[in-house]
Amino acid sequence: MKHIYLDNAATTPMTAPVIETMIETMKNVFGNASSTHFYGRKARAVLDDSRHLIAKSINAKKDDQIVFTSGGTESDNTAIIETALARQNFGKHLITTAIEHEAVLKSMEYLETLGFEITYLSVDEKGMISLEDLKKALRPDTILVSIMMGNNEVGSYLPIHEIGEIVKETNAWFHTDAVQAYGLVEIDVQEDNIDLLSTSAHKLNGPKFLGFLYRSEKVIIPSLLKGGDQELKRRAGTENIPAIAAFAKAVSLVDTPEKERRQVKYYNFKQQLLNGLRKNGIDFAINGEVSRENLQHVINIWFKGCKRDALLTNLDLNGISASAGSACTAGSVEPSHVLTAMYGEDSPRIEESLRFSFGVENTAEDIDYLIQKLVKIIKK
Amino acid sequence: MKDNGETRVVVGMSGGVDSSVVAYLLKQQGYDVVGVFMKNWDDTTDSGVCTATEDYEDVAKVANKIGIPYYSVNFEKEYWEGVFTYFLDEYKNGRTPNPDVMCNKEVKFKAFLDYAMQLDADYIAMGHYAQLERDTDGHVHLLRGADENKDQTYFLSQLSQEQLDKAMFPIGNLEKSEVRKIAEEAGLATAKKKDSTGVCFIGERNFSKFLNEFLPAKPGLMKTFDGETKGNHYGLMNYTIGQRKGLGIGGDGISNDPWFVVGKDLATNTLYVGQGYHNERLYADSLDGSKVSFIAPIEDRGLEFHCTAKFRYRQKDTGVTVFLNSDYSKVYVEFDEPVRAITPGQEVVFYDGAECLGSATIDYAYQKKEVLQYV
Repeated sequence: MKHIYLDNAATTPMTAPVIETMIETMKNVFGNASSTHFYGRKARAVLDDSRHLIAKSINAKKDDQIVFTSGGTESDNTAIIETALARQNFGKHLITTAIEHEAVLKSMEYLETLGFEITYLSVDEKGMISLEDLKKALRPDTILVSIMMGNNEVGSYLPIHEIGEIVKETNAWFHTDAVQAYGLVEIDVQEDNIDLLSTSAHKLNGPKFLGFLYRSEKVIIPSLLKGGDQELKRRAGTENIPAIAAFAKAVSLVDTPEKERRQVKYYNFKQQLLNGLRKNGIDFAINGEVSRENLQHVINIWFKGCKRDALLTNLDLNGISASAGSACTAGSVEPSHVLTAMYGEDSPRIEESLRFSFGVENTAEDIDYLIQKLVKIIKK
Repeated sequence: MKDNGETRVVVGMSGGVDSSVVAYLLKQQGYDVVGVFMKNWDDTTDSGVCTATEDYEDVAKVANKIGIPYYSVNFEKEYWEGVFTYFLDEYKNGRTPNPDVMCNKEVKFKAFLDYAMQLDADYIAMGHYAQLERDTDGHVHLLRGADENKDQTYFLSQLSQEQLDKAMFPIGNLEKSEVRKIAEEAGLATAKKKDSTGVCFIGERNFSKFLNEFLPAKPGLMKTFDGETKGNHYGLMNYTIGQRKGLGIGGDGISNDPWFVVGKDLATNTLYVGQGYHNERLYADSLDGSKVSFIAPIEDRGLEFHCTAKFRYRQKDTGVTVFLNSDYSKVYVEFDEPVRAITPGQEVVFYDGAECLGSATIDYAYQKKEVLQYV
């Protein structure tokens, strides 16, 4: 059976050049980058080169502002929890949104148990916050604003530049979870006044269990993990050099023109999919909106009257891997907090929506195949 | 007939050994097998762990071992509406419901069957110890499982032709010990897993405690039929006819015999107790039933016929004469000999030899034409 992968917001396949880089590094560079001998220096050189390339990709002022972590979750956890602990003498108030990833929301919940106060900004039906709400929520004791760059379920791209402008005038630091956006849109941490930025390598065809946390000059926070002095004491644990080299390779493959090519390609996939559904008389609506500004790799569609469990299983049995949100430990799909925030908990959208997310290996034929199978399943 | 390879069978996998072997056997026979785990009860704890997790983990292990796709489907709403509300209503009415009968009728052979059909299933398969036989007229007959000890036709007795027509019970011809042996030889992770006991959504928890979370307990008096007060009960729903445990009465009556629940009166909130396992108030000779349902057409037998019956799960059969009303909606059943602890809310299930004919829900039990004060 033909298998089509349309869940690239969950993870992406490593592409051939990335795999090759990783294997070559595994073969040739096994040393511990903290060792001062020949093997250690060789590893250190790969680490430094990778860090430099990645620092440039977001216009970080200095290479050492990039700290490698185990991925998006650790980056988010570090940015939020360690900032709160380090800055609690200035205040105990943080601001975030209702549509963040669990790695952010659960960190916030944890801080609440420690006596911190969290303001959750609500979103409209497009998955957008209001800058007025943000301004109103900011207080002298606000120490951190954590707002994602692009949403993983509906693809909304939040007004990062404007948020940066607002937050820079306050005492708060600005953290953004850029796990979905990195590699797809241009990021300039200086231009956007970003203090902390989280990414994950496996969302842009890199290896899993790896990401980085960018920290601006003013951010001084300790490692979440306690241990050795790696990463200039900012993240304990021996660096995974082959994976980091592969990450850098993956980043190098998405230069500015390539990002634009991908956004256009995915935007066209969206149009192709929506036109195909319309032409076949499928009753649907988009969750969020399809616009030029959003992350184009994600589209979330409400299939009116169709239960997502059955849709998703049917698609899988037809060789199409998509998503309906995160599953509980018993495999059953949980109601999406993002759709709930956008449409309210009683909306039928919550039970009847699927997310498709595109990747570099998808083709227009894949989308045609998806349309054909969706129509077959829904019209049955 | 389609080839097995073109025949899709959706297996209801619970994470137990029986349904694991069902999936395994069907896969061995070359069917296009899809495993589906039903999540029927929302029991997420404060730490966010659902108790169904372990069972689902076992489904995943077994399905991967066999090499079949597996999924989870959420029927919490269907279970709540179709089974749990009925369950509570029956208890409120002083009766003792059978949620497993209802679960088959409303969830496994309805919501799940519908779901499987949406997945283009030709059949659904379950790990019940029961067998099916199709006659020349195209009717499906339900037969007892080969393992007498495990026969589960009692719980399937309310199903219709339509519900059973698409069903397969691949282990119905096996003994439980054989099922375990197959699982072990195939290296299935569930081979040695303990059988689940009790009502599925309550699991191993304390039953009374669970029930009292949903129904306010109304304590009242515990009396003999002679009017003597023997103590207090903590809510009629916590007791069932014929029960001995938990009464807390010493052998201080007319004899040293232990005390049993021999009746209930919802109107006065009284629990009646009497001495002796064979207390005469526990014996009925006939009953009234409603919600009559037969699996295959029964008209040939007329409105009055003799067969055998079970009044609760795993009971020995008793000879009975069945009297149906003209539209088959109600039934009066006379027993060949008195039967102990006929319980309103449970099923009376009819058998003719190996065949399970169908069932009715018990409403009233009688002794010499007098209704027994059981509700």
